Amino acid sequence: MPSLGADMDSGTLLEWFVKPGDEVKRGDIVALVDTSKAEIEVEIFEDGVIDELIVAPGTRVPVGAVLATVGTAGAPPAPAAATPPAPAAATPTAPAPPAPPAPPTAAPPAIAVDGHRVRVSPLARRVAQQLGVDLAAVTGTGFEGAITRADIEHAVAVASPPAPPVPAAPEVAHRQEAMRQAIAVLMARSKREIPHYYLELQIDMSRPLEWLREENLRRPVTKRLLPAALLLSAVAHAVVEMPEMNGFWVDDAFHPGGRVHLGVATSLRSGGLIAPALHDADRMSLEELMAGTQDLVQRARAGRLRSSEMSDPTITVTNLGDRGVDLVHGVIYPPQVALVGFGAVRERPWAVNGLLGVRPVVTATLAADHRASDGHAGGRFLAIIERKLNTPEEL
Amino acid sequence: MTAGVQTTAITYREALREAIREALSSDPRVFLMGEDVGLYGGSFGVSRGLLAEFGPERIRDTPLSESAFVGAGIGAAMAGMRPIVEVMTVNFCLLALDQIMNNAATITHMSGGQFAVPVVIRMTTGAGRQVAAQHSHSLEGWLAHIPGLKLLAPATIADARWMLAPALADPNPVLIFEHGSLYNLKGELDRDHGPVDIDRAAIRRPGSDVTLITYGGTLPAAIAAADQLADAGIDAEVIDLRVLRPLDDETVIQSVARTHRAVTIDEGWRSGSLAAEISARIMEQAFYELDAPVARVCSAEVPMPYPQHLEQAALPQPAKILSEVLRMLGKGSGG
Repeated sequence: MPSLGADMDSGTLLEWFVKPGDEVKRGDIVALVDTSKAEIEVEIFEDGVIDELIVAPGTRVPVGAVLATVGTAGAPPAPAAATPPAPAAATPTAPAPPAPPAPPTAAPPAIAVDGHRVRVSPLARRVAQQLGVDLAAVTGTGFEGAITRADIEHAVAVASPPAPPVPAAPEVAHRQEAMRQAIAVLMARSKREIPHYYLELQIDMSRPLEWLREENLRRPVTKRLLPAALLLSAVAHAVVEMPEMNGFWVDDAFHPGGRVHLGVATSLRSGGLIAPALHDADRMSLEELMAGTQDLVQRARAGRLRSSEMSDPTITVTNLGDRGVDLVHGVIYPPQVALVGFGAVRERPWAVNGLLGVRPVVTATLAADHRASDGHAGGRFLAIIERKLNTPEEL
Repeated sequence: MTAGVQTTAITYREALREAIREALSSDPRVFLMGEDVGLYGGSFGVSRGLLAEFGPERIRDTPLSESAFVGAGIGAAMAGMRPIVEVMTVNFCLLALDQIMNNAATITHMSGGQFAVPVVIRMTTGAGRQVAAQHSHSLEGWLAHIPGLKLLAPATIADARWMLAPALADPNPVLIFEHGSLYNLKGELDRDHGPVDIDRAAIRRPGSDVTLITYGGTLPAAIAAADQLADAGIDAEVIDLRVLRPLDDETVIQSVARTHRAVTIDEGWRSGSLAAEISARIMEQAFYELDAPVARVCSAEVPMPYPQHLEQAALPQPAKILSEVLRMLGKGSGG
């Protein structure tokens, strides 16, 4: 059972997407796990052949428990999809020892996240979620080929004999309560363990917004960029220059994150909060960043995040500007060491060279772990974000 | 009222007349007025015989001036009477729309509750009798837009007989729509039934596969469609709205939560119709119960044609309802 977030100490295996003998390759989605926060698709971290499924669907096991073993044809099986039984939280590392590569195989019967949209009636979607049915595997017979409740029930009836029945997901109310509990534990831990320091900087956004306006004029409507993409990109690029903000405080020492996986704080419609990672955000174009964020938010709200996205953000950004907030003093997501917040972009009186004008201004804030960095470094970090925003053509 | 169930064969028209007769007999404040309600016995024969029985003080023929006599009815109601005003058809109530909307619907509110307007305005609505566009439209959807009014659409003998008393007792202006095709409807009337509620929709036929939501003149079409669907193994529930304003969301939503599919059937034009309003409410309150998009069967968006074959083609017919349901279930190509 991988740790799918610092706040997770156990998880319920809901469904296997593979069976013994299936070939898998790194990145394939092999299982669906219910943390108390969401249903997460678990990826496998090596190539091979599934040897044995150890944990049955519906079973709740601690983080670190072996879920299945994987090997290659003819080679001895090695445990897979397992982390050392670490205390909850802590390591955002990928689990499992390496195994010899195996020939690639067809994608598992997973969820068409990015394919064209499948028509599903609202009722069918709800029932499928309750029964844990993979919509991609269901054929629609309803209005204009839409998947209906009857189609879901048919799929369950057909699938039931070979596989053990898929357990119903926890009640919504229970899920919300559990998520509240998980957030409570994590945030209390953050405030208990992390000596936060806070800095804020007001940034004149007139240059970046003017650049964005002109850039958008050249773009088709569907490819237009939002200011939020600039903010995310500026943080991703700034953190490359300030590696001490990018990583984890684990076992009394700072561990640099290496790559930049930007955690995007996302509020869920059902209540609660989740901050999945936008992988390698520093290497994304603004366009990719826009698409990536949109995809991430949509999947977060649909409860379809991948395990790596849950476990490996290296720094978190929270943007409460849309809510009309002026500035946000964030709570760091342990074991990360920094969180950047943005408020709303507002027009404000702004003095430059003895002249007063009206400029769009955003307040950027930094909440950082004083064990890992000092205020001086934090100040530099915010200044770099400001510089990045003022050279938007390089983002 | 006597004990024991007694039923009588009666027409919808006679049921309306009995209700008016009862109101006139039991309350001296009640009177009937409108075009041709006296000597002629009413354009649709509802008040035949009442002039002889109650005299010209209480059965009053009026000039052809809807604005004047509807306004007089509103004034009489404010002054303590309980007038029943007959407007020949909903098409002509447009001439009195200023009285209905700017006076009847508002005065209670604008006077801070000092004046109630307990007027009842009856009118015929609907098509199907080859009386051409100016006499055939179903405009109750327009009037249902107006806060301050209560709108009733009796579609059964019992509602024709028993809705009038609670309508007169209501302190608000109440509009009653009598579909022209229903006057000759014949059925048994339960003599002991007594006044009905004027708040709730009624399930006229229970079912589990799809909810057909309708009112007034299209109720028979919906029932006929449900019977045909039953032959095809599809169990349709039929809801008679009865009250067009305020709408009884609860009955509709609970039904859709059981059947997961809904077709609204409305003789009004589709755009901005009551069918549209009901569809929107289902979307707002039962989206996650829906197994298919809500469908609408309404009149064709043309002034109602005179020739019989065109008129029938323009109206919601059982065959159209049937094909919508089959399409919704993925079983037909649609119509």
